[in-house]
This record gives sequence, C-alpha cells and structure tokens, in this order.
Amino acid sequence: MYVPNRYGPAVVVPGDYISITTDVWTEPFWQAAKERRLTACKCANCGFFRMPPSPFCPECQSQEVQWPTLAGTGTVFSFAICTRSPFPNVSDFVYVPVVVDLDGAPAARLVANLSGVNAEDVRIGMRVGVDWTPIQEGWLLPNFRPI
Amino acid sequence: MTWAHQDKTAIVGIGYTPYWARGDSFPRTLNEMAGQAILAACADAGISIRQIDGFAYQAGAGAGYMDKFDTASLVETLGIPQIGFSATLTGGGGGMAGAAGLATAAIMNSDATYVVTVMALQQLPAKRLGTISSKAAASPENSFVQPSGMIGPGHRMSVLARRHMHLYGTQREAFGEIVISQRENAIPRETAIRRTPLTLDEYFASPMLADPLCRLDFCLETDGAVAFITTSADRARDGRQQPVYIHGCTHGGGREWGRAFAWMGMPDPEFGSSGHKPVADRLWAQSGCKPSDIDVALLYDHFSCMVLMQLEDYGFCGKGEGGPFVESGAIRYKGGAIPVNTHGGQLSEAYIIGMTHMREAVEQLRGVAVNQVRGAELALVTGGPASLPISGLILRN
Repeated sequence: MYVPNRYGPAVVVPGDYISITTDVWTEPFWQAAKERRLTACKCANCGFFRMPPSPFCPECQSQEVQWPTLAGTGTVFSFAICTRSPFPNVSDFVYVPVVVDLDGAPAARLVANLSGVNAEDVRIGMRVGVDWTPIQEGWLLPNFRPI
Repeated sequence: MTWAHQDKTAIVGIGYTPYWARGDSFPRTLNEMAGQAILAACADAGISIRQIDGFAYQAGAGAGYMDKFDTASLVETLGIPQIGFSATLTGGGGGMAGAAGLATAAIMNSDATYVVTVMALQQLPAKRLGTISSKAAASPENSFVQPSGMIGPGHRMSVLARRHMHLYGTQREAFGEIVISQRENAIPRETAIRRTPLTLDEYFASPMLADPLCRLDFCLETDGAVAFITTSADRARDGRQQPVYIHGCTHGGGREWGRAFAWMGMPDPEFGSSGHKPVADRLWAQSGCKPSDIDVALLYDHFSCMVLMQLEDYGFCGKGEGGPFVESGAIRYKGGAIPVNTHGGQLSEAYIIGMTHMREAVEQLRGVAVNQVRGAELALVTGGPASLPISGLILRN
C-alpha cells in the first residue's frame, strides 16, 4: 500500500551555489529582481506575456517589450518534491521546485522553490508570494512562500 | 492522405553490442561500440560494410550526451568507400523513431542505397546523463529553470506527472503497473539488466527521487550500441531477412510543447502530456492506421509516466484515462489489449536512447522476439517525449 512520505519543512536551494547568466533580453528581468521588483516580459505591441524573455513576441513577432511591475503573487501550477542535494559537497535537504502562474501576466510562468511549508502539504492551486533569495554575484532570485 | 513513401523502404538489418550497466563498457570506446553494432547490422542484413553509403542519425548525431558521431571518422574507421547522405534530426531522443524517416528521405531522393542509423551510449562518471545539467553553467535561458534545483530530467518529468495526477486523478499505482509489467517482460530476456520479479509493495518501497516519481520510475543507466540499416523495398525483397517496411513516420510537434520540461510554459492539456499528439495525429493520418490496428507498441520509456501519457496521445485510450487503462492490464504482454515494451523497455532491459525499441520492433515483425506477439503485423515505435522534435514510426511486415 502506498503511504505518502512525511518530508518536513521545504527549504530553498542555497543561494551561494546558484549562478545565473543574462543576455540583452533577460537582463531587465534580473535588474528588476535586484530591486525586489517582480516583472515579466510583455510585448509592447500586442500585450502578450512571454517567459523566459526572448527576442520576439511569439504572437506578433514584435521586438518591442515592456517590463510591468507585477503583484509578486501567483498560483502553484505544479511541483516536485526533491530530497537529494543537487551539489556533491552539500548534504541532502528537502526542496520543492514549483511552476508558478504569475498574477497579472497570463501565460507567464516562473520556475522557483517554495519554502515556509512542509513539503507534503504543498498543493497545486496554492497561493504564493515572491520571496527573494540572494545568489552569486549580487543577484536576487525570485522564490516563493505560501500566502 | 497516404504518405507517398509508404512501404517503399524497409529495415533489413539490426545490430547491437551487449548491454552493460553504466560505465561497464569501458575500456571500449564509443566509436568501437558503434562500429560493432554497424558491422553486426550489416552481417544481419547480409550486406558488406562497403555497401553502406548513408548515415541518418537522431539527436543531433549525439553519441550519448557529451559526444558526437562524426561520419568522416566512421567512414575512415570502417572502410566505407563513399557516402551520399549524412544528416541528423535535431533535438534529443525525441527524434529516435524519426531517424527511419530521415533514412527514407535519403533513399527516396536517390542519395543513398543502404543507410545506417546508429546510437551508442557510454555513461562514464563524467558523462552521466543525470549529472550533466548540474555541471553546466546556466545559459540565460536555463537561468530560469536550473536555479530551482531541477537539475535532472527526472526532476522535470515529475512536475508533468504531478499535473496529470492533479487533473485526471492518476494514481501512483498506474506508474507502478507500467514498471511491473515491463519487468515481467524482461524476466525471460537474457539481454535485460533487471530481471527479478517486482511487486507493487516493492515498487512503493522504492525511494522517491522526485516525488511523485521514485527510482523505479526512472529508466536504467546503461551502456551499449544499436544500429539498423534501411534500404529500398525493392532491395529489401532480395535481402537475407524478412523486410520490415516503414509504413509511416512522422517527426515534429507543436509550439505549445516546444522545449517542454526545459521550459515549463506548456498550457493544459499539453503540460500533462507527452507532447506527441500532433506527431501521432499525423502518423495515423498518413498511415491510414488506427490505434486498434497496432499489434505491439514500443513506447519510449525514459520515465514510466511518459508511457501512460503516450498511450493517451496516440489514442490507445482517452485523454486522462491512461491511469485506469494501464491498471486494467491493457498493456500486459500476456492478455493485454496492446502489449507495450515487450522487451522490458528502458525501465528494465537497457537504455540506448530508444534504440532497443527499434530492435524489439524488428524482432517482433520478423516473428523472433523473446516475448513474441503472435501474428504481429504492425508495430508502433516512438521517440522520447522531450524538446521538439519528437517522432513516431509504424513498421509492418
């Protein structure tokens, strides 16, 4: 018989081990994040949101973009529960990668970690708010906590 | 409309090395294993290696995950006098089944007469699939996924499985049935890495690697090589083996699936799917076949959940009905409506980026499979649900 696991508190992947790279299309997202402002790439021509940011709007092929400030809230679309450390020199911990539908940016999603909850209590449809995690080189990574 | 090239080409030779657990093929080299599989395929077909004049690869000509096949090197190594075709499908293992269509393109365009498709995999510690993405520096694109700690394909696949469970009520018992039924198929096969019987309780005791997926939901990590040879139907009829005709073959897919779990932007219902539906719909349309015509299905099983979602996307059951469908015993070799992965698949036999499925399809249609489906006439083979292109293939005897 299947007995669901009790995992305990979910934590975020340690920021000291996370690095990102940017290009001219993704840089504005990360610069806004540095100011603790959650944004998403919006087509300035037709209003379609796309993430990750990319050189063309897939709806109208425009290259004009806007970076509206979002509420910083969203809904868990799906998730996994992971129990092994992704890094060989860090001992195992429980973390929950989540795919989040962002409020105010239809079709735009972020993939992040959810903390502040026991992993076994995470549910699709859970309401979450952004929680910034410092990572390498002074960047801030948007993660989430239940609200 | 029926495909213009239906049954105009055929697979006439299949060759393979033994299958080894991850890393155990060392000190053999990748090209050595590929060469052994190609020479074995030529011997099976009853042709000389000197008659090979084309190469049709999958996965960007990847040899495993860190290396590339180089046709020039294979020509030099094996003594192939001249080639007229050397091309690959892009993407990864999604294009595995589609390589047969690429070989058909070579032959029907009169560029080549005997085309080889080969895959070799050797997962030495530095080249182990599950660890590659954690070592790669995040690209600007991947900086939107990798920091979440979803470093392996299993992590990412589990998120799709979770969505499917949420939308349709799919239970872990269904994934367990896929693993157990394929294990049953592997038991009589000497080539299989895992041959011990498995119970549902043992499945549930398998450690969770990315909840809702446990270790047994992940495919094996193995080494080895498999090659097959495609030629024209006319040549095939004069060959040593019973021809296995390429009845239909499609590759591609839709924008909604796109980069799939490297992206996570898929809407419903594509998110909780294998992404195969556009490829499957075209395959049925061009072949004139329907799911109930298929005698045996070799569905790419890098993860158990993707067998279930392909059964839905190919129409063996309705969307969202994959769980009850497999739990009813429908995919069992013994008594199932559609026997699936009769060789044990990548979950229990061996994982050579889908090519073991090609071998099994050929053996089924020659009537020599270990778990022979009696009277098998039509086999479905699929490439791995992954970034586009993905692919499907119908073979007949």
